[in-house]
Amino acid sequence: MAESIRDKVAVVGVGACQFGENWDRSREDMIVDAAYEAYADAGIDDPQRRIEAVFAGAVYPREGTAEIAEALKLFGKPISLVSDYCQTGTDAFRYGVFSIAAGVYDTVLVVGFDKPKDRGVSGPSVTFDRVRGLPATPAGWFSLCAARYFETFGAGREDLAKIAVKNHHNGTLAPKSMLKREITVKDVLEARIISWPFGLYDCAAQSDGAAACVLTRADLAKSFRDDPVYVKAVSIAVAEHPQRDPNFDFLGWKPTIYAAKDAYAQAGISEPFRELDVVQLHDCFTLTELLTYEDLGLCKKGEAKEHVASGTFALGGELPVNTDGGLKTFGHPTGATGVRMIYENTLQLQGRAGPRQVPGASLALSHNIGGPPTTCGIAILGR
Amino acid sequence: MTGIAAYGAYVPITRLPLSLIAGRPAKEGGPERSVADYDEDAVTMAVTAAIDCLTGVARDSVDAVYFASTSYPLREKQGAALIAKALDLRRDVLTQDHTGSLRAGAAALESALHAVTARALRAVLVVASDCRLGAPRGALEAKFGDGAVALLVTASPIARFEASFSLADELQDVWRIDGERFTHTWEDRFAIQEGYTPNLFAAVLGLLERTGRSAEDFARVALYTPDERSSGGVLKKLGFKDQQVQDPLFGRLGNTGTPFALMLLVHALESARPGDRVLVAGYGDGAHALSFEVTDAIGALAPRRAMSWHLARRRAIPSYDTYLRARGLDAKEWEAGADLGLSATIRFRERDADIAFLGARCTSCGQVHFPKPRVCAKCFAKDGWEPYRLSDRRGRLLAYTFDYFFPAAEPPTIMVMTEVDGCRVQVQMTNTRPADVALEQPVEYVFRKIHDAGGKPNYFWKASPLETSHG
Repeated sequence: MAESIRDKVAVVGVGACQFGENWDRSREDMIVDAAYEAYADAGIDDPQRRIEAVFAGAVYPREGTAEIAEALKLFGKPISLVSDYCQTGTDAFRYGVFSIAAGVYDTVLVVGFDKPKDRGVSGPSVTFDRVRGLPATPAGWFSLCAARYFETFGAGREDLAKIAVKNHHNGTLAPKSMLKREITVKDVLEARIISWPFGLYDCAAQSDGAAACVLTRADLAKSFRDDPVYVKAVSIAVAEHPQRDPNFDFLGWKPTIYAAKDAYAQAGISEPFRELDVVQLHDCFTLTELLTYEDLGLCKKGEAKEHVASGTFALGGELPVNTDGGLKTFGHPTGATGVRMIYENTLQLQGRAGPRQVPGASLALSHNIGGPPTTCGIAILGR
Repeated sequence: MTGIAAYGAYVPITRLPLSLIAGRPAKEGGPERSVADYDEDAVTMAVTAAIDCLTGVARDSVDAVYFASTSYPLREKQGAALIAKALDLRRDVLTQDHTGSLRAGAAALESALHAVTARALRAVLVVASDCRLGAPRGALEAKFGDGAVALLVTASPIARFEASFSLADELQDVWRIDGERFTHTWEDRFAIQEGYTPNLFAAVLGLLERTGRSAEDFARVALYTPDERSSGGVLKKLGFKDQQVQDPLFGRLGNTGTPFALMLLVHALESARPGDRVLVAGYGDGAHALSFEVTDAIGALAPRRAMSWHLARRRAIPSYDTYLRARGLDAKEWEAGADLGLSATIRFRERDADIAFLGARCTSCGQVHFPKPRVCAKCFAKDGWEPYRLSDRRGRLLAYTFDYFFPAAEPPTIMVMTEVDGCRVQVQMTNTRPADVALEQPVEYVFRKIHDAGGKPNYFWKASPLETSHG
């Protein structure tokens, strides 16, 4: 058995651009905003010399790695580009972490970005390039568990609505979120239906955004800043296609279950609910957040709705989830999201999260699930 | 004995020098294509070819007219009846239009031969004619030609029908949507490599096997071909020699579509001798191959114009504009490249799943999967599959959602996960309303149109509530 990645790599700088419908901001603008904030956070003022490689993630890339090199004016260096659904940012982070752990580089930049709002459509693109598997909309994919989960555990749209309300509240406390507006359960339930049981407020918004972090060797970390954050685990798992898997039970998503098992083993976590202090999880839809509480082992299968009702996962609860408002309020520029979560968790672990700070947070998890869904990425950071 | 008793053909006098399309002056002796004049269309050409064919034949003896064309201008109203009237045939003549595919000409001929062989009809006049349009200055415009052919099928032939072999295929290589003027093709190499070549090869090989003959038994082989080169490879692989191949007349006539293979057959018969065997094959959504043996009666066939006379009679049109005017084209028109719809190559690869609704059963563990994978998700055996048809199976509902976001005529789109014989299949659901959808509901599968991407109906299967009674 190979060694765990735990404590070999440190995050010494994080940055994010303002997320939103950035009509007046180019992809270059967003990449530069995120990366230069991360440079400054790491105390790097000569990135052309200090950054040895870039690991980028984007689902709608335009010019491959060239647009990253051009934006950051990082030439003559290796740049890799990951593109794999919603865990793209976490996977780019993983390659960066591995490159440091392998001893190939001392310091690298991870940058996730996407600009879906240049496509001229609100929401995801609708494709008609095939006849099978339609409608191939994320809402349609992620709502597939709803009917059976509701029937099995007695949950309903009201339970989902409370999650949207919580995340909207958290988003009002995050300077870089797109949506800063409190909503009510009634707002959620009365919104137009997108894909049953999801109404408009059950769905993450589409937005433009970029986030970045600087990684270095654990033993060099303190030369950048006094309070580095260490990588405890980073895991990707690909599961059976839920629309074909003859054993799929429509009660939970296998990608998360697989990746969590691996990530907890790497980090040495045996009781995630007790040991973790803060969690950013992939709330592309409210039901995804509900199921993910259970799939990550934060509560027992079928009990998530009780925890939603009691506020377990709210700011001030026992285990705050999506402290910055999540995909719900940041939107989901796909390649950026995983790195945006690293950004938030790093701020939380360093006590820099302002009014949304989880007191004394020392272990933080971030989670993406993507595809129909088939793939999950998890990163665990700690002090 | 059944076969072709008489033949006729028509090629318009007007020719379009291909150099004019390219904006260069015409050169005497340069490549050209036949082009119908402003007052000609598929019907006028068909009538002229039919009259040529009926030289010396009593009009009252014709029992039926089969008219094959993809460019007959009317969608509703028969062409064959109009042609029969123009030919002053009997009132009780059986008339049929054969259309929808470039092999409609060969198909009509095969149908006529079967009808006469079965003694259901005594004399069938098969007429094929096309006046197809490629977009101005597009690749097809220079390849196409206009023309018509007519063959009389009776029990007293000059070319005895030996055998036929036909097969059907489903791929989108050449098409024209209702309301469009211009023919489209998918990428040439796909159309040739996956459509034309394997279908023609299989049809001709099937014919050779059915008759027990080999390539050298034939004096001539008249093959439909979309261009001057593509038939060569097929014929070479089947063992035919260059001198057996009927000249496809590119540079003089062009691909005339539905009548093309039959026009080449007529050209071959014009110089055939008793005892010669001639093979003809047409292509389009499959293929037809037919073989004939020339009889002694050919010597007594009344003289006619047929192909040779029409090919020799020609007049080059003076300018590309003359051609555009004759066809009612606007020089500013060009083939729209924007929305081709579904990829023809993907559609081709997935036709077993999407059209035939075939899953696969693992021969190692018995698990059924849809669509067919390479490696079994249950036992991990590789490439051990037998086809498993799902279209006549019954399933049950495991999950559902109502999608209001997906564009649909009547939202929401009901998307369901079904289980059928242990296999999970995600489909849309029809014949129901959201309020009536329930977990564990039994369903059957129905073939439906999913959308109209590319302006074409695109089909797949949907779930429908299993009807146990009709109350």
